[in-house]
Formats: sequence, structure tokens, C-alpha cells
Amino acid sequence: MTGNESRTDKYFGQALKRKEDPRFITGTGNYTDDIVLPGMLHAAMVRSPYPHAKIGGINKESVTGMPGVVAVLTGQDIADAGIGSIPVGWLLPELKTPAHPAIALTEANHVGDIVAVVVAENRALAEDAASMLEVDYEPLPSVAFAGAAIAEGAPVVHDDVPGNVAFNWEIGDATAVQEGFNAAYKTVKLKLTNQRLIPNAIEPRASLAQFTPASGEYLLYTTSQNPHIHRLILAAFVMNIPEHKLRVISPDVGGGFGSKIFQYQEEVIMLLAARLMGRPVKWTARRSEAFVSDMQGRDHETETEMAVDKDGKMLAFRVNTLANLGAYQTLFAPAVPTYLYGTLCNGVYKLPAVHVKVQGVMTNTVPVDAYRGAGRPEATYAIERTVDAMAHALGEDPAEFRRKNFIQPEDFPYQTPVALVYDSGNYEPALDMALGMMKYPELRAEQERMKGSNKILGVSVISYVEACGLAPSALVGQLGAQAGQWESSLVRVYPTGKVELFTGSHSHGQGHETAFPQIAADELQIPIEDIDLVHGDTGRMPYGWGTYGSRSAAVGGSALKVALQKITAKAKKIAAHLLEASEEDVEHENGVFRIKGAPDQSKTFFDVALMAHLAHSLPDGMEPGLEATAFYDPKNFVYPFGTHMAVVEIDTDTGKVDLRNYGCVDDCGPLINPLIVEGQVHGGIAQGAGQALWEEGAYDEEGNLLAASYMEYTMPRADDLPMYQIDHTVTPSPHNPLGVKGIGESGTIASSAAVANAVLDALWHECGIEHLDMPYTAEKVWKAIRDSRAGMGQAADD
Amino acid sequence: MYPANFDYQKAASVDAALQAMADNPDLKVIAGGHSLLPAMKLRLAQPPALLDIFNLEELKGIKEDGDFYVVGAMTTHADVLRSQLPLFPEVAGWVGDPMVRNRGTIGGSLAHADPSADYPAAALATGAEFVIRGMGGERTVGADEMFLGMFESAVQHGELLTHIRIPRGISASVYEKYRHPASHYAIVGVAMARHADGQIRAAYTGAAEKAARLPKLEERLNAGQDAGTGLVEGADMLGDRFASAEFRAHLVDVLSDRAAKRLG
Repeated sequence: MTGNESRTDKYFGQALKRKEDPRFITGTGNYTDDIVLPGMLHAAMVRSPYPHAKIGGINKESVTGMPGVVAVLTGQDIADAGIGSIPVGWLLPELKTPAHPAIALTEANHVGDIVAVVVAENRALAEDAASMLEVDYEPLPSVAFAGAAIAEGAPVVHDDVPGNVAFNWEIGDATAVQEGFNAAYKTVKLKLTNQRLIPNAIEPRASLAQFTPASGEYLLYTTSQNPHIHRLILAAFVMNIPEHKLRVISPDVGGGFGSKIFQYQEEVIMLLAARLMGRPVKWTARRSEAFVSDMQGRDHETETEMAVDKDGKMLAFRVNTLANLGAYQTLFAPAVPTYLYGTLCNGVYKLPAVHVKVQGVMTNTVPVDAYRGAGRPEATYAIERTVDAMAHALGEDPAEFRRKNFIQPEDFPYQTPVALVYDSGNYEPALDMALGMMKYPELRAEQERMKGSNKILGVSVISYVEACGLAPSALVGQLGAQAGQWESSLVRVYPTGKVELFTGSHSHGQGHETAFPQIAADELQIPIEDIDLVHGDTGRMPYGWGTYGSRSAAVGGSALKVALQKITAKAKKIAAHLLEASEEDVEHENGVFRIKGAPDQSKTFFDVALMAHLAHSLPDGMEPGLEATAFYDPKNFVYPFGTHMAVVEIDTDTGKVDLRNYGCVDDCGPLINPLIVEGQVHGGIAQGAGQALWEEGAYDEEGNLLAASYMEYTMPRADDLPMYQIDHTVTPSPHNPLGVKGIGESGTIASSAAVANAVLDALWHECGIEHLDMPYTAEKVWKAIRDSRAGMGQAADD
Repeated sequence: MYPANFDYQKAASVDAALQAMADNPDLKVIAGGHSLLPAMKLRLAQPPALLDIFNLEELKGIKEDGDFYVVGAMTTHADVLRSQLPLFPEVAGWVGDPMVRNRGTIGGSLAHADPSADYPAAALATGAEFVIRGMGGERTVGADEMFLGMFESAVQHGELLTHIRIPRGISASVYEKYRHPASHYAIVGVAMARHADGQIRAAYTGAAEKAARLPKLEERLNAGQDAGTGLVEGADMLGDRFASAEFRAHLVDVLSDRAAKRLG
């Protein structure tokens, strides 16, 4: 670990064990499905088995007589209640947005689309009845792949999105890029598929709604990464409930990876059902439901082209992407393959010209939205795969080719040709640390030795930059966001000196309950045990935008810092008053306020907190109490970066790829808690390696999900992964009060590209294979090696 | 994951279990439940009534009987793993994970005859015998007659597999497995055993609709030759999204070669 040594803080930078873990490890967490309300009913969804079907009759009577069945709701009930379409939260110019009803009314548009809901006295009865409800479906032609969906005569998913094209978007200067290609010494071109992924949070989604007729108040427990967003959408756009009459609580949440950002159909249904039944109603997804109803990730078909001059300096990069949006557009769906992808297609390189064109395409598949990294893993994959292909074409070492094209430290803040201004960076030290840590030259020598045997080695070196903490609000508003991107924090000091922190961001695995008090304990100079963090309840927190895009520390942590500074400023005034000194003569050190030069004259934080509440003696005109709220709107994104290296061994007899070593050097600015950072990096690498080697949300061409359970969908397991080597450089962000960047997604953003490039490095060195699409399953790799060796044998025979 | 409604009863003895099955043809026998319960939770199987034989002490444990080990059908994979049996402990180590192995049973797996299960290859390579009891009495079936097709074994409706007899004279054995990365079931498994008479028996699982011997391989190895290729030429192989029939046939060759080299 380097770079944190200069800080004198007591808690910031310490690898404290996570405060929240004992309750998770001992099974005493409180998740939505754990919550039981008196009189609670249970709902089960009836989901379309067809990718695309007209809904004929629904025979409610086929189940309403069954014991314990309370009601059956259909799309007609949603329409009759005046409930609106679930809105899109990011509007692009000329975006075509089909309606997204909570229950399909006339047409089901993907396997898993909700066509009816059964409410019953218990879960088993609800499931029984749901399996028996008679629904007349009239199957319609359907399409699953983006390329097929834009072909002439393709089945149309929604009549109001002709040709299935929801948007055409571009960024960068196409003319400048063409000039780069015209002047090129060498060019390369790749066709890449970034496959569909299924999020698989360990806790399936769940919702529990309650309605109190006397007050007209609703309470919704739900698995949300951002309860205020849910409340805003549900109240203002869907349910027409006064916003203050809806309280949304997301209690313990077992992972999200983006999939719990979005407004889902089931939450709307639970609120309506609770009102209609007059009793609380709960739904918890079965794992097999999660496969067909959690918003999915990635799914790009992309062509990239790069041009370099005779010195191997990059001249231009061109990207053309078809983004599969699935059957509906959910909250951030239009932003993910555009502003979170195209703008990142510059990577870490001094590229004079970049142009990115994206077409968003509707298909009869589960909708696609943000999934850990959201656009940036796709961008990193596109650029880093192309950079390797170019290094091969030039006969240059991939590490050195990258190095000579890096943006240099003196170039920051750096304006890219695709809109972003990188705040700070220093890319070479991370590259050098990684190369040293992994003993790169020795790996290359080993690769040479293994050549031609039935075990071949692949090594990759990729450098990435990503953008997190979307901001400032005015900018994202101009780009189409229907949300602000600031964050809030409330610090409440009690008379006994105990402190509660409230944040609008949300922890569903990120360790906020440990990291946020670490920031506060240093600022207030009190023991961390006296501080707790409250999050995930619109009834308790000030307004905030939740957690996604690695924003919590950079935006939420900064809001906390500002609120804490307000507390210490007021506390100092009170202390000075109590010490009968002028404020300038009082210093806050070692946990006490004392008069400079008279160290025995001091007041503790407790003394100050007590007097703030007793108010027996306060400075003239000062309000009692010790509480402060801050709303922090960042000046810019933050830009973490780093270098990742993967080493794979391929069994050429079976095609099996083993990830043998993985090393990375990330720079997320100062580390608040290195243990939490490491955990985020570990999980992120596993998730990205999962995409490269195993995971594939495979559909057939009509839209039937072929990998709809863990018998088919391969999640990475502990014994599939090596011990990682992890290190850091520390380049603070210049524009937020903590200097922190973000680390929640870096591992995933970098590791798919790193593992993919390692596999292709092996295949390139062994038999000249330039590209294969992820995931690198055994048969695919075996066939590629066999076919290329056969081709080479053929060539030799000729 | 909610199964359809079902009745449930525990068998008090093998005799009582056979009587219960005779009385109620709808009864479905459940052992460790690791194949049946997932199917029930997905409602792919909806048996109206279950007969639980997992706790029958008379079906648990491993004894020696002359030239054979006699393994109770309800012996768990975990107990097989820790036993002195030939070949089966290595194979049991490839079954599921510790939770599955603590609950799943050798008899349940063999009677179920999942084409992707590991044990059938071991039973064929060791020349195991199957003791099957019905209301009419007991019969013994050889390994080569046990696996009839996909999810189809020689155990008939109304019968119970009570014991598996495994020869004691096996001097060396190996199991090579290429597992499905998601399910960890066998894409291909190749089991091999050298018997008391010095002859090698070999069998494969996972690749076709039932586990089967590898006669070409046995012939070559017993003639002192290498495993070679084309071992399942002409056989009907399974194929799916992860592994085509062609790839499975290739893996039979690769794993047979590796097994033969390990067997020495």
C-alpha cells in the first residue's frame, strides 16, 4: 500500500473490519423477505412463457375458487386504477420509448413479462394458483438479437418503435477520425460481441407494501439501491401518491450490482395490491424468476477500428455499436450504452480523434440496464481488445505500446475528444508496478518455453480509466438525466455526544456503515464506537440519490465531510464560549477543544454536545442543538484508473482455460478503508473474469432464455479463481474534499478485458488467432486451436 | 422455489417400504433428495406422495463379505469418500460439494441413472453388482445390466436397490472427469480399474444417454497398447450448448488417455 502514509488521521486509511459483518455472518440481518407484517398476504407472478404473445382472455375464475386465493390482478386492474407506465429516467434526443405497464395489458414482450398476479393467504397457495391460472396466449413473431432485430422484415417488438430502433446516438468528430485513418501507417479492425449477462445478486428481489387508509400513507419495503428514486418515481410518475405519503425502506440488501437500481413492475403491483386488499402484500422472487425478471447487462455487437502513425502513436479510434435494450427501457437503459460507454471509448490514451456511434435496439428479451460498470466495461473491452490487436499488428509489446500512448501526468485535467475532462491521473507508475509485481519478462519467457506443448500460456496487460460519481447535476441534466446527481448527508449529535450520520447513498455490500463513521470519527475526533450510519429509509434520511456508479464515497462521503465541518465549526464556537476564549484561540486536537498555549483549559466533544442541547449557556444569537445537513454537488466526475494483468493457462487438448494468476494496481485516490477496497476489487475481478470465461445469458433467436438456472448459467466459484495480487497508487481527485475516487466497479471494468486479452494472447502466440468472443468456454477454444492448427498444417503441406 | 403439494411418509424398514409401495403405486421413493427435490421445486416433477428411505439403518454403511464390499444404498457420498472402497472414494470427491455429499446417497444416485452422474462409470469399471429387493424377493443385477437408458435403471417400480457389491481385488483405479462448469455434472467421466486377474475395465459417463463400457479402450490397454483415439466412434453422443457430441467424443479419447497414463 502506498500513498496513504502522509495522512495523520486515526481512522481514515485503516483496514477496520466491517461493522456490519457480524449480523450478516450470523444470520441476523434484516432483509425484506424477513419482515412479517400482521395480516400479510403473499403474491405470486404469472409470467409469460412466450417471448412475444398477444394476451387473449385471462380466466380469473380458474383459480379464484381455490382455498386461500384472495385475488387475481391483471393489466386491466392496473389500467382501471389509473396507474401510469413505468418511466425512463434518462432521455436521449428523439428517444422512442414504448409503454411499460406494471402488468402487461395486451401483449407480453419477453419471457418473464408479468401477465397476472395471484394474491393468496400464503406463498405456497399463491404459487399453486399462479401455476394453474388459465391465460390464452397468441404467440407472435419475436426476435432476440440486435443485429437480427434491425434487419429488413424483422418482427416488430413494439408498434410505436418502428424497425425496433429506439435511438441513434453519436459522439466525437467523424471527420477528424476519417482524417486519422487517411493518414494512417497501420489500421486494425475487430468485430466484438460483448455478451448478455445476468446479474445474480445473492438476495433475490423482494417487496412488501402496506397501506394505512386512515392516513392515506403507504409503506414499501423493497430491495433498492436508491429508495428515494423509487419513492419519486412511484409517487410522481406511476401511482400518483403525494410523495410525502409514501415511505420507502430498503433494509439490509444482499447485493445489487445495478440490478436493484431500477423501478420494477412488482413494486407497483405490491402497492396497488396492498391498497385494494387492505392488507400488507409481499412478493419475493424465486431464483428462476430472477433469471427472467432482473434487468440484465451488456449485450453489444460492436465494430472497432484503430489507426496509428509510423511511430506507433494512435491517430484515431472508431466504434460502431448495436446495443440490445431488450423489451422495455428501464431507468438508466438509454444512458448506459451512450453517455456511460461512448464517452469512455478514449481510454487512457492520447487519441487525437475518437468517434462512437450507437444504435439502441428493442428485442423480445429481458430488458438491459446498468450492470456493475454499466458501459465502462464494454468501453474498456472495446478499446483494450483493439489496442492488443494493434500491438500484434505492429509487432510491439502490448505493455510498451500502451505506455507510449498514455496521457501524461502534466496533461491533466485532460480534455478527451469524447466530452469528458479527466480530473487527475498518472498512468505509468501503475503500469510499472503491475509489470514488476507480476514479473512480466519471466512470464513472457515461460510463454516461449510452453509454446507447442499441450499447455500454453497467455499474459495480458491492460490499462483502464473509468468515470464515476456522475456529476455535476447541471451537466447530467443537459445530457438527458431526469435526476440530480448530488448527494446529501445529515449529522445529528445527541446530548450525550453520540452521533448518527444519515446518507442518501445506500449500502448493499459496500461497507458504508464502517467507512462513513471512519470519516466522521476523524473529523469529530471521537471514538468510532460512538457513531452509527443510517441509510435506506426515506422516512429518516434527507433526500438523496442512492448508490450506483461507484458514487458513494466520492459524492456521499464528500457530503458527509461538508456536514461534519459545519458541526465542528459550531462546536468550536460553543467550546470557545464555554472556555471564555475567542474562537481564534481555540484549537481542536486529540479529541478536545482547548485554548492554545493553555492545554489544561479544555472542553470535550461531550461537554459541547451537552451544552448545545441544554442551551444554558450559548454564544449570543446561536440556535440550540448540534445538527447539520449538507447537499454536495460535485464539480466533475472522478476518474479512477489502473493496470490489470491476467495470466491464463490453456489445455490445448480440452480447450479448458485456467486463470492462473491475476494482479492489479488500481488508483482510486486515498483509501478510506483498504480492507473494503480490497473486497470490492476481489469481487469485481471475479465478476469480470466470470464474463470472460463462463457467464453467458444465452437466448435462442426467438428470445427463449437458454441459460435460465445455475445448471446452465456459470457463475464463477472460489476454486475457479487464483489468489489475486493487489496494490495501489494514490492520485487524489483535485475537486472533492476527501480526494477520493471510486472503487466499486473498477475490478469488473478492467478484468473482462484483462482475462479476454490473456486468452487471446495465448491463442495469438500459439496459432495466430486474432479474436474470439467471450466467454472462452472449452469447446470454443478447443475448436479454434484445432482449426487454426489444421489450417497451418494445410498451409505447410501446400 | 415452491413444489406442488405432496404427501410424505417415512419408511420404518425395507419390508415396510416395499409394502407401502405395493399399497400405493403413486408413492415416489426419496433418498438424499438431491435429484428429486430440485425437480419438484421447479415443478418439473409433481409426485403426489413421497416415501423417505434415507434414515433406514439397514441400508447404511459398508461391510466386507468374502470377495466383495457390501455398501448400503443409503450410504452418503461423504461416507463413500472416507471409505476403503476401490475407485468410489475418488469418484465421490467429484460429486457436488460437501453439502450435497453429506446428504446424497450412492444408492439414490445409481438407481436414478442420471446420464451425467459419476458413479455409473465407477460401477461399470469395478464390475459392481446391485442387490434389488421387491415383494417377490431379492435379485442381483450386474453392472452391465444395470443402466438401461436415460434415467432408467434395472430397479423396477415397486423395488428398492438395497446394496451395492463391489469386488475387493481391484489393485488400481482412476477417474478422470471433465465437468460442466455450471452444474459440475460430468460432461465426460472416464473410470478405469485393474482387476484381480490383471485385466483393465473402463467405462464412461456423461457423454451418451447412459453410462457404458469402453470395449475398444479395454482391448487396447489389455493388449499393452496406448488408449488411442476414436474410442466411441459410431456411438450416439449427447450434445448441448456447452459441449457438442463431437467434443464429447473427443473428450472421451483425451480423458481415457489421461486415465490410462495415471493407472500406469
